[in-house]
Formats: sequence, structure tokens, C-alpha cells
Amino acid sequence: MRTLSFADAIEDALAQAMAEDPSVIVFGEDVPTLRRNLLVRFGADRVLGAPISEAAFTGAAVSAALGGLRPVVEVMLVDFIAVAMDALLNHAAKVEAFSGGAWTAPLVVRAACGGGYGDGGQHEQSLWGWLAHIPGLAVVVPSTPADAGALMLTALEHPGPVVYLEHKLLAAYWLDYLGGGSRATVSFDVPEAGARGPVPDRWEALPLGRATVRREGTDLTIATVGVGVHRALEAAHVLEEEGISAAVVDLRSVAPLDAETVLRSVAETGRLLVVDEDYRGFGLSGELAALGLEAGLAFAYARVCTETTIPFDRAREEQVLPNVGRIVRAARGLVEGSSEG
Amino acid sequence: MPIDRWSLYRRMVRSRLFEEAVTSLWNEGSIPGEMHCGTGEEGVVAGVVDHLRSGDAMALDHRGTPPLLMRGVDPVALLRELLGKPDGLCRGMGGHMHLFAPDLLAASSGIVGASGPAAVGFALAGTRLRPGSVAVAFFGEGAMNQGMLLESLNLAAAWGLPCVFVCKDDGWAITTRSERVTGGGLTARAEAFGLRAATVDGWNVEQVWEAAGEAVARARDGGGPSFLHARCLHIEGHFLGDPLLRIVRRPVAELAEISGPLMRSMGRRAGGGLGGRVRGLGAVLGTVVAQFRKQIGDAHDPLAVTRRGLRAGEGGTAEADASLEQIEEDVVAEIEEILRTALGGEPATEEAP
Repeated sequence: MRTLSFADAIEDALAQAMAEDPSVIVFGEDVPTLRRNLLVRFGADRVLGAPISEAAFTGAAVSAALGGLRPVVEVMLVDFIAVAMDALLNHAAKVEAFSGGAWTAPLVVRAACGGGYGDGGQHEQSLWGWLAHIPGLAVVVPSTPADAGALMLTALEHPGPVVYLEHKLLAAYWLDYLGGGSRATVSFDVPEAGARGPVPDRWEALPLGRATVRREGTDLTIATVGVGVHRALEAAHVLEEEGISAAVVDLRSVAPLDAETVLRSVAETGRLLVVDEDYRGFGLSGELAALGLEAGLAFAYARVCTETTIPFDRAREEQVLPNVGRIVRAARGLVEGSSEG
Repeated sequence: MPIDRWSLYRRMVRSRLFEEAVTSLWNEGSIPGEMHCGTGEEGVVAGVVDHLRSGDAMALDHRGTPPLLMRGVDPVALLRELLGKPDGLCRGMGGHMHLFAPDLLAASSGIVGASGPAAVGFALAGTRLRPGSVAVAFFGEGAMNQGMLLESLNLAAAWGLPCVFVCKDDGWAITTRSERVTGGGLTARAEAFGLRAATVDGWNVEQVWEAAGEAVARARDGGGPSFLHARCLHIEGHFLGDPLLRIVRRPVAELAEISGPLMRSMGRRAGGGLGGRVRGLGAVLGTVVAQFRKQIGDAHDPLAVTRRGLRAGEGGTAEADASLEQIEEDVVAEIEEILRTALGGEPATEEAP
């Protein structure tokens, strides 16, 4: 057992995979700076800087994968994936179906996601629901260093395309790059257990689409992902002092979605609260409700999500993103029988 | 319209001092997130914006402050926006990368290359609703590898639209050297799409002004789109706290942080051959050295260049010095007044969380 930061865990697992499999290559925006440790170890043939041409290099990653490589392609922020969306929506996600299962595109699209540092609504989105909407695309969102490394291997071993999202509040270098900029005059609400933690000496992949129960509880089930896991755990602690017992399920991936683990807990608690930093409409929160209804469960339901474009102003941003106060109020409302959010 | 060098200088000084104040506020923590200043590209912006009039549109990138200031946006509202205040230019919702001024037909984007299609659309609306108007796009050379921008050059040419595409070329696509990721020449690309193209030194505002004047006049007269390639230097790098500039400014402390993991990783057993590893290290160090070479004093600073030119133009007389100092003092007083109003008389530090 070692202790690593969230960012170092990703890099460590990726380096392990690159050392063992020469078909793994890394390319994308600012990669020579962001991945300099990989560049000096694996060389410029396997760690390539790309121009700001997301559509071209993501599209190229799809066919590089078809051609036998395992590309890890970096678009910096998930917001910028919009520019490359055709490669993912119409190509990477479709190849397996179109080829009758004969061909798959095993690429990993790596991007930073999430808000909480004042960068505005075009650089702080989560977008995992938008991506998970597409059949054929897997979307993983780790919440701890141990999961971050393991899920990178999961993504690399998966036969199809995977979007790997690292939350900026957990990855210290992103937070410094985009939020702090070496200033000591700003601070962020970083969940300690997500930013640094124990990791195995040797990485093993997790099964894809397997949620984990971070906390047992009897009164309600909070299903969430990414930084939401840590906000939910903090809220569960507050609720416990009020006599409310909340289970917290870390989904780990949005697609595939492990509804079974969530619904097993909901069958016991009778209440589901979804905490989702992504947008509320047509996304993860509604999907979990639908899956519960399809399974024939009767349960009380509420959700705490991002409802609007994320404001630039830090004070309003903190209110728009799911925070502990909103989660606690929603949980109370569920348990008391109202739906106050 | 003859060139008014003194007025251009005043605009550039005003923009520079405003952004230096923004830099202080950002350093104090009063402005969150990233901050991309336009310090160093004032010559490009001033030389272009001086030709614009009511009805013209501006499609801006992530460095929207100088063009908006020079176009006449309320500086207090702009500063209040950068501070995230509810009475800011965009009610504190946009921030510095997402500035919008409907009355000036000015819209920004933090997505690289997005100002290209935006200018085409503004020009299309302009030809139908505001005949004789033009639309200007500002972007960096990094955006010239973005498909949507190249498609926009073609679209503007194909539709014969009154667009002026202004490429502010500082040689860096974030922390990547553009020459390493760019094939061919930028003006040749624009010419290949059928645009008139010119290359100027962005630190020479007169050169920019002359070339931009021709491009804007041609667009107004129905002569179609132009491409203006202007070299420049970003004094604060890509953004405030630029990791490469940090290394240049505090080499010992910053390199100590980076070199440990770098050398450990380079020495790990499994990986590339020695040659590949050495080339990899060379690529990392080359980036740092190139950034250092870029810090070459004021030869490429449009304010310093313009000031020297104005002084020499007047024979270096005491009157010339007095005129320049008068402009600078006036602008300092104006910026101080803007800060007083925008900060409500409170020290900025009280705004920090």
C-alpha cells in the first residue's frame, strides 16, 4: 500500500499500462507540458503534443484505435469535447454496431471536468450525462485515488471507447493550472479523501460499471459520482447527528450504470436522493428514477443537481453546484415526506 | 481618416493600465479562476478597433478586455464583471472569458477558434440589416489549427462577407510552441481560401492601423473578407500564473518541484529507449528555454515602441515628453477613478474570500 494524490495515481497507472503495452500512446492538447513525466520516460513517439484541433485528433484517435493502437487522447477540459463530438457520437460509439461486432475502437478520451473554482460556465461543466446518453460510449468518473488509477486501467482494457473524467477539485495540478495559478490568496473546497489516499503497489483494473457503497444507511440512499460522493458523505455525517441514516453509493461510472447496486439499497431504504453535478434535465438523476420505476420499486425520490448555466461569480457558483447544505435539506425533505430541495 | 498616433497611444496605455489593475486584483484573489490578459497585444487591437464604427461587430476570444475597452464599453461595468458582481457588464454570470456587449455587437468565447464562425454570422446579419458594416474576429495563431476557423475563412470567402479575421500570433498555443504543431504558413492558408492577407508587426500600431484600414474599407465596399496576421508577445504568457513563466521567473523553486518527478520517471526501467527519452527531455526543456528567450525586454512591447516613435516624431523635445507624460497622467487618474468607483471605495483585499 502506498499513498498517492489523485493525479499521481492516474499517471502511475497509465505509466504501468504504457510499460506493459507498447500500443498505448498519449496525445492531445498541451500533452508535452501536462504529461512531461510520461514524455521523458516513454519518449516523443508515444507522448505527442497536438494542435488545438480537437475534431481532427479525436477523430484520428478513433481510427488509430481501429488500426491497433490504444490511444489516450486528451482534450484538456470536457467542455472542449463539444468540438470533437462528431468523432465520439457518430464514429467511436458506432463502429461496433455498424461492423456487426467485428470491429471496436478501444480509445480513452481523458478530460478534466467539474466546477468549484470560478472559471465560468464554459470551463466547469460535467457533461457525463450528455456523453452517457450515447449507446456504445462508456463514461467513468473516479472519486478517489485508488479508483482513479484502477479505472484508468479499466478504461484501457475496455474494448470500446471510454471517456475518462477527472474532477478538477480532486486533481491538484488542474486546480493550480486553472484556479490557483500559484496564488496563495484563493482557496477551494477540496475533499481531502478524494485528493489523496491509499493505493495498491500494483494496479489492477476494476470491473467496468460496478458501483460501490461508500456508506451504509437505512433511511435513504444517496446515489452520486465524482466530487458528489464526498459532498454526500459530508451531508450524511450531518444527517446522522439529526438521527437520519443515509447510505451513499458511488456509481464510479455513469455508463454503464450500476442500477442494481443503487436499487438494492433503495429497496431497503425506500428513498432515493440523486446528487449530480451534471445538469438536471434528461440526465443521470432522471435515469436512475426511471430504472427504479422499471424495476417495480416504490420509493420517495429527490435530486440535487446543477440546474442552470454555472455562474462565474463564486458565491452564486457555490449555490448552483450541489453543496452539502442543499443535499442535507433535500434528504430531510425526503425523510419528512416533503420534497424541499 | 488620417492616423492619430497620440489617440492610439492613449487607448493602449488605458488598456494596459486597466489590465495591470486587473492583474493586481487577480493576485489578491478578488478575481477567481483563470485570467487571460491582452497585455502585449494592445497594438494589434488598437490598430484594428480604431476603424470600427456603430453597426460594426466584434467576435472576441478569451482576451476580450482590450477590444471592449477600446470600443468604448463602460470600464466600471467591465471591472465589476471581472469581480463577479451582480451589477457587472454581464451581471457577474460571464466573467472575463465570456463578455457580451449587445449594444456594441461584441460577443466573446473561451472556446479556441469560435470567434471565426461568430464573425461570419455577424457579417451575414450586417449585410442584411446594417449595410456597410463589418465584422472583426480576434483570435490567436493556435486557433488557426481549429477546423471551425478554417471553415469560416472559406465560408466568408464563398459568401463574400465583410469580415476581417485578425490573427494575434504570439507563437504559443497555450504551453505548446505553435511551430511544432502547425504545417505551412498562416497567410498562405488564408490566401488559399481566396482572402486578401497581410502580415504586420503587432507591436507597430501604425503598421496594424494601415493594414487594418485597408481591410475594413475593402469589406465595407463589398470587396470581401481579409486576413490580418499580426505578430505579438504576451507579457503575462498564456494566462496569469502561466506555468512556463513561473519557471522563468522563479527557476530554482519551480524547477525543484517539477524535476524530481521528471527525473524519477525518466530513470524508470520499463519505457522507451535512451534516445527517445533524451529527445523527450529535450522537448520539455526546449519549451522552457524558448519561453525564456521570449522575455526580451520592450522591443516587442507596443506601448514602448509607440512611445519611442511619438517622441522621435517630435524630435525628442521636452514638449514631446510633456505631451506623453500628460497622456499617461490623465490615464492613471482615470484608471484610479474607475477602480475607486468599481471597488466602492473599499480596499480590494476586503473582497477576497
